[in-house]
Amino acid sequence: MKTRLTTALALALGLASPVAAQDAILNVSYDVARELFAELNPVFAEKWQAETGRTVTIDQSHGGSSKQARAILEGLPADVVTFNQVTDIDVLAEGGLVDENWREAFPNQASPYYSLPAFLVREGNPKGIDDWDDLAQDGVQVIFPNPKTSGNARYTYLAAYAYALDKNNGDQAAAQEFVKKIFANVPVFDQGGRAATATFAERGIGDVLITFEAETGGIARQYADAKLERVTPSLSVLAEFPVAVVTENAESKGTAEVSKAYLDFLYSPDAQRILARNFNRVHDEAITAEFAANFPAVKLVTVEDVFGGWDKVQQEHFAEGGILDSVFVNQ
Amino acid sequence: MTPAIAPAALAPRQDRRAQWLLIGLAVALTLFIVVVPLVYIFWRALSEGFAVFAQNIMAPDTLHAIWLTSVVAVITLPVNLAIGIAAAWLIARFTFPGRKALLTLIELPFSISPIIAGVCYLLLYGRQGLLGPVLAAGDVKILFALPGIILVTLFVTSPFVAREVLPLMQAQGSEQEQAALTLGASGWQIFRRVTLPNIRWALLYGAVLATARAVGEFGAVSVVSGAIRGQTNTLPLQIELLFNDLNIVGAFAAASTLTLIALVVLVLKTVLEGRTR
Repeated sequence: MKTRLTTALALALGLASPVAAQDAILNVSYDVARELFAELNPVFAEKWQAETGRTVTIDQSHGGSSKQARAILEGLPADVVTFNQVTDIDVLAEGGLVDENWREAFPNQASPYYSLPAFLVREGNPKGIDDWDDLAQDGVQVIFPNPKTSGNARYTYLAAYAYALDKNNGDQAAAQEFVKKIFANVPVFDQGGRAATATFAERGIGDVLITFEAETGGIARQYADAKLERVTPSLSVLAEFPVAVVTENAESKGTAEVSKAYLDFLYSPDAQRILARNFNRVHDEAITAEFAANFPAVKLVTVEDVFGGWDKVQQEHFAEGGILDSVFVNQ
Repeated sequence: MTPAIAPAALAPRQDRRAQWLLIGLAVALTLFIVVVPLVYIFWRALSEGFAVFAQNIMAPDTLHAIWLTSVVAVITLPVNLAIGIAAAWLIARFTFPGRKALLTLIELPFSISPIIAGVCYLLLYGRQGLLGPVLAAGDVKILFALPGIILVTLFVTSPFVAREVLPLMQAQGSEQEQAALTLGASGWQIFRRVTLPNIRWALLYGAVLATARAVGEFGAVSVVSGAIRGQTNTLPLQIELLFNDLNIVGAFAAASTLTLIALVVLVLKTVLEGRTR
């Protein structure tokens, strides 16, 4: 009786184990990717059925990617992860859940798409903001979240820094002075990207919002009345969206094959088209050409090239008493 | 503080202006802190018409979140009632060593932040936790599934019933129960015919408070749920998800559903409050 009740409850909640000839995988992802994967998953399911004759359900979990990594370490049964921070998959690799060489398992360092910090300005761009220089001018109000709490804002900080280094032939002191000026123009530092968006778009504070280019399209669409305009700076930092199979879970659940196929699918033209339509930059040249209007030319630098990798950035810039603290004086 | 509110203003010869100023201030604060946000939730939820609102509520994931939250509330309620009555009865009717400690223990969840409860369960039942290997060996799933959500909800809501019932039991004393006992009633008869009728309104009041909290709990559940949409996403988590997705109407539609539940509970609470006094 008791077991029957539990089974009925499990069935009612959709927690029942899948029946034969059906696959089910759990994709644990970052917080703002829900609609993206809602669009991608049905396409994969159709393809998988055509290729193997099996149906597949893809469950999604979304949250801050560090929190998600923690949950996986504690037993959240993810088959694949699609994150927006390389370091969060490294944590899983250290925990033995993901293959150590996960960056070689898929093309482009296991990053099927990428983005970069870009700008969103008010209708008609009244302050004439075209590049990072314009953000350091007096009388310009800049909105981005607190780099202490937001990965998004760390990319903004690094992009501004990299731009200044590029412009001043690698002069660190000049770069710090430049970033300091931009930080002084920020009237309010919100906790995360979504709160900063609300400050800019709903409360109408600031002249420019800095966030991932992939987000600017969705924000402009959501606040269509405000007629916000997207601006891509001349130089920015490559932000990767890395993926990996959570080998340990996938092997114990027998989903290794479908998990790999799912991540491979993200590199297929069908998926790349959906990604590009949602303002994510992709490596597929034909698709990039198709959506050229979404992606103005930009010089992209990597954290590895300019800053020597994430570990070094963490130590030199973001650790207590690091360079960020010295430019971030009016927090 | 302005001089108008100084003790002189409170003297028998009252200054009417100070009175109105204070009342006005209170009304304005209530308006902007409580009323306006509440109205705004419904206004935003319906801003694109009722059809869009209904469509957002009927979205499978949101519907499932409403269902899951209801399941959690329905399962936690009887457990809370049983534990609450038992604890209150034990403390009100008996003296034993550790009675004070038990009282403190019952109230502990009130003073502990829900996020701590969530993290504790994570560290205890998680894969790397104390009981993790044992649970994994037995293929028992607690975290990131219904049992985990129910456990943390129970932790957060457990004090409500006992807190409401205990003072009443203490005030009423045990005379009636003793009388029943001398007339030959059995333990169960005493409970059903004497104890329960005496505490019924306080019990209901506690149940309403516990349910309101169970339905609205975010922090603790957020840590242990895993937020698998259509599976372990409760209504409060679903609201956050929709909001993060820039689906403002969807988020407000879900939020208005939760608010409606809260308002119903509030009305129930007010009615019951009258009965308990």
